[in-house]
Amino acid sequence: MSSFKRKNLTPVQQQYQDFARAREPQRPILANCVRAFIGGGIICTIGQGIQLFFIKYFDFDEKTAGDPTVAVLIMISVLLTSFGVYDHIAQWAGAGSSVPVTGFANTITSASLDHKSEGFVLGVGGNMFKIAGPVIVFGVFSAFIVAIISVMIKSLGGM
Amino acid sequence: MEKFILAFIVGGAICVIGQLLMDGLKLTPAHTMVTLVVSGAVLGGFGLYDELVKFAGAGASVPISSFGNQLVKGALQEAEKTGIIGVLTGIFKITSSGISAAIIFGFLSALLCKPKG
Repeated sequence: MSSFKRKNLTPVQQQYQDFARAREPQRPILANCVRAFIGGGIICTIGQGIQLFFIKYFDFDEKTAGDPTVAVLIMISVLLTSFGVYDHIAQWAGAGSSVPVTGFANTITSASLDHKSEGFVLGVGGNMFKIAGPVIVFGVFSAFIVAIISVMIKSLGGM
Repeated sequence: MEKFILAFIVGGAICVIGQLLMDGLKLTPAHTMVTLVVSGAVLGGFGLYDELVKFAGAGASVPISSFGNQLVKGALQEAEKTGIIGVLTGIFKITSSGISAAIIFGFLSALLCKPKG
């Protein structure tokens, strides 16, 4: 908890914060990292396999093969999520399953499945990007800033 | 074969960074993903992320950080053709496949499946 928030608490509340922190279970950071490494590595290796498949049998080169690969991975991830398998993978691999693009698809699918009972327009449509939305918003905004700066530098004759 | 090993190591390493952000700094998964996307965009602006993709293949293009890189790349490619307005028109050009696939298949699965668990 940040020191700013802490200042607004009464002494008893602060005592409780310390009490709670001392009893919070320690996160097994090393084990989690090993799992994330293995899980993420396997997903990326599968991606590499799909990419080589696209290069070999379709008209893609190293640079363009990334897009269909991502689309295929997303499709697989949506299937696994709808059958309830991806949750088990996520539980084991942690960030190893949420950092690859499959995790992005998983959040979209699981959010839309979860809110299906609220109807298709407001439930599925409205909540689909509940978790994936921040990624798109911040990704697009930061990409916009970076691209504008880069275009400016180029037009001023730099780089 | 060498490519698979590189993809495994680099992809795994990016996921470990994500795990460290989650466990070490106690960020939520959403914050972690946002951080990775923004850093991917910044690296993409310097042209460094493409080097990483060239080196590690899918190990760099599958993690979410490549999403930020591709947004920048699409914007810059279009800006070269049409000037500064291309930043707006081109920003989704490359990532379109990923986002539309996620929306379409996500919606299909909501149509066809029931929530599990």
